[in-house]
Amino acid sequence: MAHTLGEKPNVRPYILVFVALMVLTLITVAVSYLDLPTGQAIALALFIASIKGSLVACYFMHLMDEKRLILWTMLLSALFFLFVLIIPTITAGNTITL
Amino acid sequence: MGESHAHHQEPGFWGRYWFSVDHKVIGIQYSVTALLFLFFGFSLMMLMRWQLAFPGEALPLIGSLMGDSRMPGGIMLPEFYNQLGAMHGTIMVFLGVVPLAVGGFGNFVVPLQIGAPDMAFPRLNMMSYHLYFWGGVVMLASFFVPGGAAQSGWTSYPPLSNIAGSGQTWWVVGMLFLIMSSLLGAINFIVTIVQLRAPGLDFWKLPFFVWAQFVTSFLLLLAFPALQAAGLMQLMDRLAGTSFFMPEGLVVAGEVLANTGGGSPILWQHLFWFLAHPEVYVLILPALGIVGEVVANNTRKPLWGYKLLVYSVLFVGFMSFIVWAHHMFITGMGTMMSAFFQTTTMIISIPSVVILTCLLLSLWGGSIRFNTPMLFALAFLPMFGIGGLTGLPLGLASTDIHLHDTYYVIGHFHYVVAPGTIFALFAGVYYWYPKATGRYLSERLGRLHFWPSFIFMNGIFFPMLIQGMHGVQRRLFDGGEIYAHAQEVLHLNKVMSMSAWGLAIAQIPFIINFFLSLKRGASAPDNAWQATTLEWLAPSPPPHGNFAEVPTVYHAPYEYSVPGRADDFLPQFVPGETPSEA
Amino acid sequence: MSTVIPYTSEIRPDTGVTNVKLGIWLFLASEVMLFGSLFAGYILLRTGNPEFGAGSEALSVPMATLNTVVLITSSVTMVLAWAAAMERNFAKFKLFMGCTVLAGAVFCVVKAFEYSAKFEHHLYPSHSTFMAIYFTFTGLHALHVVAGMLYNAYLWLPGSKMYHTNPQQFANRVEASGLFWHFVDLVWIFLFPVLYLL
Repeated sequence: MAHTLGEKPNVRPYILVFVALMVLTLITVAVSYLDLPTGQAIALALFIASIKGSLVACYFMHLMDEKRLILWTMLLSALFFLFVLIIPTITAGNTITL
Repeated sequence: MGESHAHHQEPGFWGRYWFSVDHKVIGIQYSVTALLFLFFGFSLMMLMRWQLAFPGEALPLIGSLMGDSRMPGGIMLPEFYNQLGAMHGTIMVFLGVVPLAVGGFGNFVVPLQIGAPDMAFPRLNMMSYHLYFWGGVVMLASFFVPGGAAQSGWTSYPPLSNIAGSGQTWWVVGMLFLIMSSLLGAINFIVTIVQLRAPGLDFWKLPFFVWAQFVTSFLLLLAFPALQAAGLMQLMDRLAGTSFFMPEGLVVAGEVLANTGGGSPILWQHLFWFLAHPEVYVLILPALGIVGEVVANNTRKPLWGYKLLVYSVLFVGFMSFIVWAHHMFITGMGTMMSAFFQTTTMIISIPSVVILTCLLLSLWGGSIRFNTPMLFALAFLPMFGIGGLTGLPLGLASTDIHLHDTYYVIGHFHYVVAPGTIFALFAGVYYWYPKATGRYLSERLGRLHFWPSFIFMNGIFFPMLIQGMHGVQRRLFDGGEIYAHAQEVLHLNKVMSMSAWGLAIAQIPFIINFFLSLKRGASAPDNAWQATTLEWLAPSPPPHGNFAEVPTVYHAPYEYSVPGRADDFLPQFVPGETPSEA
Repeated sequence: MSTVIPYTSEIRPDTGVTNVKLGIWLFLASEVMLFGSLFAGYILLRTGNPEFGAGSEALSVPMATLNTVVLITSSVTMVLAWAAAMERNFAKFKLFMGCTVLAGAVFCVVKAFEYSAKFEHHLYPSHSTFMAIYFTFTGLHALHVVAGMLYNAYLWLPGSKMYHTNPQQFANRVEASGLFWHFVDLVWIFLFPVLYLL
């Protein structure tokens, strides 16, 4: 990371991200009162949550300018995270036939 | 006691041996504890083998010591048999083999092999051991709670495990301790290997054992949380009355259970095997690492296909995360998913065969030294081969229908783990004992240990394959006595049981050797086996901080029989012209 | 007795990280898998059970929204506390870290009110699969909040001595603690819509 002790890190992005997170929280709560069909509601809520999560990871956790080593570790973990999410799909696979 | 000594320069007994942060002491703590647990788990199995060989007969002497709740009049109760079975599996896997392979050898050898003064987080390392120890204590204590220890198999499938007695709760709590221990250990190993390598030691100069531990740590780190989650849910099911794994309207002993239902027993199986399949590779990879070290050292040749070995280990590690449902072919998960998982299972067998082939080819043309570590390492190769090849019919969905849950499965995975991994671990004990103590183990006692062990191991496990193909089910309290289809192969139960007890006797030379050689063994020089890797640069036993000065690495890990040199080996730490790489 | 371990506070040139940085990220990787497994369980139980129903109607959206705001605020104060430690401004560090710890405490208090409201209506984990999931997930998350809060409190009060003795290592510790804290926030960002809004 480019940060060195004694230098003031640029805190402007953190404030902007904070504002964005607050706005997105309001949106996601407001949308939940619209009574969208279940499928759309899930997709929208998870989409907004993903944006918020990415903002936290990229800015607060500095993943934006993190070392390759860390990025690869988290990428591996994200991949296996997807594998573990396959579990429900397999069970739903009961009805799938070749 | 520790506090009163805290201000002294030299730590007291507790500080030196119990609250030690030195990776070598912790490695030895792990090894000794794990060997004791291996012996204990083996003893459980010897009791079971009595019941299987002589169903319903009273066990002389020992039987009467077990108490009326377990073996009234020396005759084993079915509940006790189930406890023995479940705890044998749990103890051997989670308290014996993995702690010895990863906690013991990994801790002792990895920092030395990469030229580091210690593990990256020494206090975390101590905590890992203590969590492991207390997890073990919880598991042992569960034998003495009302109703006895867990008895739903080492896989603890619900709903059976949810409605079982309180021993199962202890099992889950013990597992959560062991999981925490493994997670902390895995973080420590990865950071140590990435960050603390000596100058010059790039990744392509790492000894094969370090690579194996590196991949193993990733498996532990990313697979264990699935069981952690499942364990938490089972704990909630058992203590808070939830129904994560409980179907609705379950009838137990003629009455409908009063839970809300709506859960899924299959969910447990998925989460359990998401851990437990990578766990199989946690059992086997460090063993392959040890065999690699011993084979290279005693053939006096570089390992054949070092890079191929490393790539195979990485590929095996990755693939092990997407084969888990081959344990679940008969849960009715559909042909498409069965097809997917049998394909990935066949794919993962390819790098496994590549690894075995590389190790076999390493023997070609070597001037082999047949010392005890090498004998165990050589025996590992065909034994692991049998274990691996017998796995193929289980990995194919159609043949698995016949073989599932039979003794064939037991025979298969025991060939991988017992004469496979445990032989490799013995090879490791004989190989690194001089580094830990400064003395060799006796060769004569070593041979007396090896040959009977080798014969009896096969005497136990080969008949299992035969029984299994006749359709004899696992976990039968009477060994199949009441089944017509088992009659033809029933006599094999006696062969297996005799072999098991014979195997116990064959361990006596090892135990004598282990303690006697501490004082009486022939003293070993620092580089006890004329080896090339860094651990042999440090004094035996290595002091705090391991190396007098930070070593520098100049060569690949296995430069044996370098043309034009007086010695037949060129250690990594000796400067000089690097031989041209093949 | 103690051996000097290299790269505890200084960066190893060829990997570009300190031991602690890599260690905490690896820990987070395993946490991803832990919560991932729980989420997988949630999806399986929900899709596999036609009677699962919208249990979220029993939960309090205003309270959860408040907690979301509190946790996001604490995340930004956490990163500002780290920035202050880097900038070498002790007063500012104390202020922001104090805010972070306080926000963590507020989160726990709100959570406690939420739980007791459920208990008053006789909604226990054993009530339904949804309640089982709700209590298990939020309970595990709350445990993480408590753990992070305790370590932050340590860095805020007794641990802040190191600010003067070893500034670099102190900043590293604040950063590591922050990474954990942001992760806890991140988990909540997903738990909130999944449990309360859907």
